Amino acid sequence: MSKAVSALNGASYDGFVRVSETGLRGMITLRGDLGSKKLAAAVKAATGAAMPKQRKITKGAKGLVAWMSPDELLLVVAYADAGEVVAALDAALSGEHALAVNVSDARAVFRLEGAGVRDVLAKTCPVDLAKDAFGAGDLRRTRLAQVPAAFWANEDDSFELVCFRSVAQYAFDVLKVSAQPSGEVNFL
Amino acid sequence: MLTLQCPYCGVWAEETELHAEGEAHLKRFGPDSSDEEFETYMFMRENPKGVHFERWRHSNGCGKFFHAARSTTTLEVFGTYSAQTYEPPQEIKDKISAKYPNWSWRDFS
Ligand SMILES: [Zn+2]
Repeated sequence: MSKAVSALNGASYDGFVRVSETGLRGMITLRGDLGSKKLAAAVKAATGAAMPKQRKITKGAKGLVAWMSPDELLLVVAYADAGEVVAALDAALSGEHALAVNVSDARAVFRLEGAGVRDVLAKTCPVDLAKDAFGAGDLRRTRLAQVPAAFWANEDDSFELVCFRSVAQYAFDVLKVSAQPSGEVNFL
Repeated sequence: MLTLQCPYCGVWAEETELHAEGEAHLKRFGPDSSDEEFETYMFMRENPKGVHFERWRHSNGCGKFFHAARSTTTLEVFGTYSAQTYEPPQEIKDKISAKYPNWSWRDFS
């Protein structure tokens, strides 16, 4: 068994906002009928979190559940647990039209924190990031400069952003440029 | 800048978050069709000055295809609607009729 490493090995950058790759995260794409009680119970068992409403992310003792589309969730759990969670979902959802896939090694996750974090994102994504338009627990899939990405806001107004592993370096570079000192906007 | 609301995730997405996917409500003709049917399906497209129906995809978002009704001259958007339908919803047709009483597009009016 080879030793798993994250895309950028936990690289970080300190601009007017701190941008850091969070390292290995367990991530599972789950597609199915989000209205199904069976599915909600399986998600709860895997993460401890309730079913998220449209464009929301919920938190449980064992992980996060993000609403990605009307028939798609992203489960974020401990990296080491992802395999077991997929097996448990498969077992719990047998007979349902559903699909669970471990995508942990196909994604990269960044954390953005510090005053001005909303400006850093707003410079690169076509999203209204005003506090009253996007708050804790809100999730958005969008375009980060030239690549697709998804991000959500935490209670402490830090943000976490997920993109494809293949564009991790590009995403990191874009966020670094956006967070460069003297690039403050002081708007949001 | 064109802004459309994705009917699947509810996001008001500006153009760069979307991908234009051509004309709406095409009827597909496959291998057993006549040459004329296939040619029409493959190549013949509406090119209206005014009311138009298009397919879009929320490519940098939830990934879903949807439909949009808009004017090619004013860029006014009459509405967006589900991809799982053969024609625009009455509500959107009414909205267009209120502005352009004599509009027609292919078999719709
Ligand atoms: Zn959408």
